[in-house]
Amino acid sequence: MLLLDHLWIVLALPLAGAAINGLLGKRWPQSAVNAVGVGSVSLAFLSVAELVREFSALPVEQIPWVKSYFPWITAGTFHVDFSLRVDQLSIVMLLTVSFVGLLIHIYSTGYMAHEGGYYRFFSYLNLFMFFMLTLVMAANIVVMFVGWEGVGLCSYLLIGFWFLKKSAADAGKKAFIVTRLGDFGFTVGILLLFWTFGSVDFGVIFGKAAGMPAESMAQAGILTSICLLLFTGAIGKSAQLPLYVWLPDAMEGPTPVSALIHAATMVTAGVYMVARMNPLFSRAPIAMLAVAIVGAATALYSATIGLTQRDIKKVLAYSTVSQLGYMFLACGVGAYGAGIFHLMTHAFFKGLLFLAAGSVIHAMGGEQDMLKMGGLRKKIPVTFWTMLIATLAITGFPPFAGFFSKDEILFSAYAGPYANKILWGVGLIAAVLTSFYMFRLVFLTFFGSPRFDEKTVHVHESPKNMLAPLVILAILSTIGGWFAAPKFWGGQDFFHGYLQPVFAGVDKLAPAPELAEEALHSLELQLSGAAVLVALIGFFVAWWMYIRKPEAPANLARSLHGLYTLVVNKYYVDEIYAAVIVRPFLWLSTNVLWHVVDEGLIDGTVNGAGHLARRAGGELREIQSGNARSYASWVVIGAVGVTVMLVVIWIRMVR
Amino acid sequence: MSAVPISYYLVLSAILFGLGVIAFVFKRNIITIFMAIELMLNAVNLAFVAFARAHNQLDGLVFVFFVIVVAAAEAAVGLAIVITIAQNRQSLNIERVNLLKF
Repeated sequence: MLLLDHLWIVLALPLAGAAINGLLGKRWPQSAVNAVGVGSVSLAFLSVAELVREFSALPVEQIPWVKSYFPWITAGTFHVDFSLRVDQLSIVMLLTVSFVGLLIHIYSTGYMAHEGGYYRFFSYLNLFMFFMLTLVMAANIVVMFVGWEGVGLCSYLLIGFWFLKKSAADAGKKAFIVTRLGDFGFTVGILLLFWTFGSVDFGVIFGKAAGMPAESMAQAGILTSICLLLFTGAIGKSAQLPLYVWLPDAMEGPTPVSALIHAATMVTAGVYMVARMNPLFSRAPIAMLAVAIVGAATALYSATIGLTQRDIKKVLAYSTVSQLGYMFLACGVGAYGAGIFHLMTHAFFKGLLFLAAGSVIHAMGGEQDMLKMGGLRKKIPVTFWTMLIATLAITGFPPFAGFFSKDEILFSAYAGPYANKILWGVGLIAAVLTSFYMFRLVFLTFFGSPRFDEKTVHVHESPKNMLAPLVILAILSTIGGWFAAPKFWGGQDFFHGYLQPVFAGVDKLAPAPELAEEALHSLELQLSGAAVLVALIGFFVAWWMYIRKPEAPANLARSLHGLYTLVVNKYYVDEIYAAVIVRPFLWLSTNVLWHVVDEGLIDGTVNGAGHLARRAGGELREIQSGNARSYASWVVIGAVGVTVMLVVIWIRMVR
Repeated sequence: MSAVPISYYLVLSAILFGLGVIAFVFKRNIITIFMAIELMLNAVNLAFVAFARAHNQLDGLVFVFFVIVVAAAEAAVGLAIVITIAQNRQSLNIERVNLLKF
């Protein structure tokens, strides 16, 4: 019971690592920084493992396990404890975050070995782990918000890690400001939660929500408002339409950061939050529909942008946005379990894709343009094979992890409790595009003939501490899906059974359509077949365009010139935002807030007071002439004045 | 013997004080100014003594002794200052002692 009673240990370890490295690491050799940075995260992972062991022995009635450490904020009826909560959902998240985090820490020791600010990098990374674990273990929404903002801060620090590069510093600011827009909604949602339920504690909120009637499409009420506001926060944090613009830019950060924060963990916080708040969302069908529509739209939209990107990391970034859309689609159709499952498998294969891409970039000496790569298959075989596995996983080929999770999402969209055939169709189209752009990436990078100067670029395989995480993640990307393999595929459906208590309310509210065993099987087979078929279509199109007829893409781009320009410029969304929001805002700030309010009003008042005092002093000092006789005159005038006054008073009194 | 009314003393005191003030303000020679101050002090002394006599109380007389003592001290310090000024400026004109200003 050590860790169940002392949940804080899990949080304290990475925090201590961040503090030690941040305060002392500057003078230390890399090996010492490694020991602290990687050591603290491995200890955190081990403590999570021990926590899982203890948790599994816990009797059912003690779940969720909540530990309150100290009262944090008390103001009238508003009361917040620093309390942590462990249930099946947080266990899944804890394992995913700490394990993927550990692997990426190890990878970073190789990737960042030749970079300045080594200690700083690991300090930030550990700090990120602390906040992410806080977010996952929070027992009330305010503590969750602390983690939520904390990971945002670390994301900002790490995107702008190379802060001397202007584009990196700008990307960091962009990420921070854009997510802040969503967080505004999130904060209002928290206030509304407290206003409605009189508490911010998950246990209390869910208990009271369970007694509330479900709202309908026609009659939206307070729950719908709360859910929509909370979802706004998720849109910002998880880079959904229309606030996704920061995530592609976030690729300015070092690649391990992209893998950990902007693919595997932080950006999935929104999905986790929606799943965590499922008792509320399930009672607000409009909010559910909004989640599903935003998810599906984002999945399709960003997949189309991914088709034309040349930067290997940008492709993966748009792919991440697209996959996050899938997760929200799953949550929106009531399949929270599938969403969380995809979150987990995505953490494996997308983390792997980024790490492998990092390995490719490392091998190419910093080149990120895929059109300047090619033919790397023989030269960096480990990277190639692991990346191929991740690609097969993300495109949904059986038996890789992505197949099961994606299949389940599409199945739920087609036949789940909130089934919607249109959303299913959108998801399927997005799957074709995903398959195409992923294989395009693989073909461009690893196949064909080299398109770089082999004399200047010395392609070399990465060191072992970078390859080991690749291999481990490749294994997980392969077998990670089997946890949740439904009975139909001969699996135990372990994952769903495990998470069932957390999402129990959903099944009661919206039971899945009853289908006979036989019909269910054949339907599932058909849908899986469709999913694999579209993945194959994507593969063949990519193969045909990039292996068979390498001149085809250019021809296609020429014949669809307008469309191609539109997509390659990312639908000009950044430009539109700049024109519609950023520039008017800058204009307002410069010409009104700066030049008028700040310089005129505020500075004017302060400077005016100063000027007045100086002018008055300048005039008054003339009195101090140095002439003793003038002083004497003043004394006399004063004395006469006093006398006159006394006489006047005396005359009045006499009257 | 008919007593001289107090108003006589007061008027004399006021006249002396006024002369002192006028001399204090308009004279240029430091020693003259000094003497004007003495004149004012003694005008006040006269008023004190007159009041003390009229009210048959000793308080006024006590004040007069204080004033005489202070005047003696003032004369000692003041004349020392005058000598220093005379040595430094070769002049006793008050208008030339004007360094202490803005």
